Amino acid sequence: MKILFKGGRVVSPQDNINEIKDIALVDKKIVLNPSNIKYDRTIDCKGCVITCGLIDVHVHFRDPGFEYKEDIYSVAEAAARGGITTIVGMPNVKPAVDNKTVVRYILDKGKETAVNVLTSGSATKGNGGETLAEIGEMMLEGICAVSDDGFPIQDASLMRRVLEYTKNFNLPFMAHSEDKSLTKDAQMNEGYNATLLGLRPWPRQAEELMIARNIMLASLTGCHVHFQHVTTKMGVDLIKLGKKYGIPITAETCPQYFTLTDDACLDYNTNAKCCPPLRTKDDIRAIIKGLKNGIIDIIATDHAPHALEEKELEFQGASFGMVGLETALGLCLEQVYKNKFSLEDIVEKFIVNPAKLIGSKQGAFSTQELGDLIVFDPKVEWTVDVNKFASKSKNSPFDGMTLHGKLKLTVVKGEICFEDA
Amino acid sequence: MGLISKNLIDLKSTPKSDINLIIDTAFTQKEILSRSVKKVPILKGKSVCTMFIENSTRTKNSFETACKILGADVIGFSKTGSSINKGESYKDTLLTLEAMGVDLFIIRHFASGSSDFAAKTVKSKIVNAGDGMHAHPTQALLDMMTLIEHRGSIEGMTVLILGDVYHSRVARSNIWGLNKLGAKVRICAPMTLLPAEINSFPCEVYTDLREAVKGVDAINILRIQLERMNAGYFSSIYEYNRFYGIDTDIFKSVPKDTLILHPGPINRGVEISSAIADGPNSVIVNQVTNGLAIRMAILYLMLQGENR
Amino acid sequence: MNKVLNSREFKRIITRMAAEILEKNISCKDFAIIGVQKTGVYLAQRLIKEIKKQDDINIWSGSINISLYRDDYDQRVAKTIAPSQIDFDINGKTIVLVDDVLYTGRTIRGALDAIFDLGRPERVQLAVLIDREQRELPFSADYVGKVIPVSKREEIDVHWKEDGEEDAVYIKKITK
Repeated sequence: MKILFKGGRVVSPQDNINEIKDIALVDKKIVLNPSNIKYDRTIDCKGCVITCGLIDVHVHFRDPGFEYKEDIYSVAEAAARGGITTIVGMPNVKPAVDNKTVVRYILDKGKETAVNVLTSGSATKGNGGETLAEIGEMMLEGICAVSDDGFPIQDASLMRRVLEYTKNFNLPFMAHSEDKSLTKDAQMNEGYNATLLGLRPWPRQAEELMIARNIMLASLTGCHVHFQHVTTKMGVDLIKLGKKYGIPITAETCPQYFTLTDDACLDYNTNAKCCPPLRTKDDIRAIIKGLKNGIIDIIATDHAPHALEEKELEFQGASFGMVGLETALGLCLEQVYKNKFSLEDIVEKFIVNPAKLIGSKQGAFSTQELGDLIVFDPKVEWTVDVNKFASKSKNSPFDGMTLHGKLKLTVVKGEICFEDA
Repeated sequence: MGLISKNLIDLKSTPKSDINLIIDTAFTQKEILSRSVKKVPILKGKSVCTMFIENSTRTKNSFETACKILGADVIGFSKTGSSINKGESYKDTLLTLEAMGVDLFIIRHFASGSSDFAAKTVKSKIVNAGDGMHAHPTQALLDMMTLIEHRGSIEGMTVLILGDVYHSRVARSNIWGLNKLGAKVRICAPMTLLPAEINSFPCEVYTDLREAVKGVDAINILRIQLERMNAGYFSSIYEYNRFYGIDTDIFKSVPKDTLILHPGPINRGVEISSAIADGPNSVIVNQVTNGLAIRMAILYLMLQGENR
Repeated sequence: MNKVLNSREFKRIITRMAAEILEKNISCKDFAIIGVQKTGVYLAQRLIKEIKKQDDINIWSGSINISLYRDDYDQRVAKTIAPSQIDFDINGKTIVLVDDVLYTGRTIRGALDAIFDLGRPERVQLAVLIDREQRELPFSADYVGKVIPVSKREEIDVHWKEDGEEDAVYIKKITK
């Protein structure tokens, strides 16, 4: 199969390309300077942008253990429909990703899907936060990172050992920063809205304290600590400080944290309940600024599917999290449309830097083995409709939102796996 | 002429005209309570469910008495020891009872937003009888009725809400209701019992009771739950009483005709001394009677003209 | 709008009704006049004043709120009006129930229920300013100011000094 992508703007900083040019897919491989051969198909990409596929380092597969919310097949399809060609699973499934058998299960099942499925491994056995998991064994089996997502390690001494042990196997540690003693029963960001709604408040300091601690432990151990879902202004400032000290840290945020404030929880909208919680306008400004100036390295989704019956509840009974795979690109491009980000920012935060974090070759066309690319039109207006999601779960606070910038086509491993009708 | 609101969820979203209508109607219906036969037939054939997922004998009795006086049929539903994850059965319970023809639900629930949830789940009318830390509109209405009964009007009054504001739906509802009727609201509590950004609400915030009581017309004393002590919200009953209790000592700095309200049940000797609770300034017992009248008025107003 | 009674006629009628009530109840020891909220109360007060002018007789005075006894609760949203005020024991009394207009009889049904919830009177008589006929329940008044038969598409509109207007009765077409 030979496909020519004609007339699109190709943006790939790692390949030093940012221009309108043709590229081709020939026998599943990307050809950056296509020759004048006969193509099976020519796709008109005029007005569109072509990049490597998005790499999402923060996804909850819910498989094994919670397949009613999502499974590896459905999460992969949702990713393809969102322009995300590589997904990294979090270890808080059941059984936990704390041994090589579960790692093998996920990776093998992932190979049956259209996208690149990777997984992180849990830092502790059963996500229990007490004893170390077999990180070395999991490394050999193919995990790309270690994480405590969903079950943040509270004990500083154990965290120190975890980081030392993770560094031992040259893996990055993806940290969910939350001091649980400050978030007991907490439901939403501490502030006016929480007081108004009478919901238990979640102070930003619970996140910031742990970011500070984890920066210091990264400094102590030399382990690369990647801060997941950063949501607050001071969180960004702390990471800036840590980087200034030369401590090996990176950070991510998610589209919801630069799009929504805790106003989204008014009306007790459980789809806006997530962990960490949505914050304030000031935080959004700081997050966007942090992304612009490189303090925050990565955009990830924290795609957290939940069944209807886990969300159609009183607020305090509802589960934390929202699906994100099928809205992330649109929400990022909306910021481009509003001139808050440039296209190059998106490519760097959602392709180049995530690839570096997990040691993937898919962040540049020239290093890809089989071709991963996406084509999107940054101007096209569309409306989010959860009923069209491929994900098994529909818990999105963005349902009904109009966005600018729409995916046209996804190629993974050299094959078209999604094309907008 | 009738209520604008379909449901009574909280006072922030209830228009001032509805608040006034409920209180006015309560004053007219209070007459029934002084009769030897306390029963009228107006809600004959109406089915009201008191759904108390969180226990409250007082409020439940008050609502059920109001139902019975007005002749409604009452389905009592209580569920003790519910865990948070029983939410699904909360939804199913609502749907089941609605299918049995319940016209109006009176809901007490430990989760904030549960009345709002019910209003989105069923078509029957909803009266919030207290949801988590969010709202307790009927309590605030009866407090306001009591103030009006003694002062004629709330306009221009200075009302102090004293105590555990952090956990209090009564405080939250009173802040909105009193403001709508033109009162100046003060709140006073130790910093541990003040919720986030309370300064942005329409009230003046005090931590020093002696400052807070200066020139007040009424003090609404919240019940302090003693289990808060173990969670670090205050140190001891003795200390709480000394700094935030209303007793004859602090009463020396309070204007002579200050009204004393308390939603009950009272912890005598903790947030209020017996001398004050039973003293001439106390209108605590009036609150209970007015509570009944307020609940009768709400039921009457919410269910009328349903088949227009 | 068609005026059918002016203030002079209005006054004469009340004087006559007072005389009739007095004549029939002069020997009655325990005698009360109860107005139906809200305009029936105006008429009741005027009658009491007029009766007392004609004779020094002890009359208990009260008002009754029938909003909790109405039979159109499901169909109509009613105004909130003043509470019933009956500060005497109803048991054994002769009661003249007073309303301004007698029409379907439903208000009187409610008023009787309301009164009987308070006790057992010796007898109840009914006094109305206007009987517009078209009854739906088996009631007739003992004292009638004036019979004005009007159709269902018309309305009797009584104006009262107590509401800051000139005493008068009008027939109005119902516009809808």
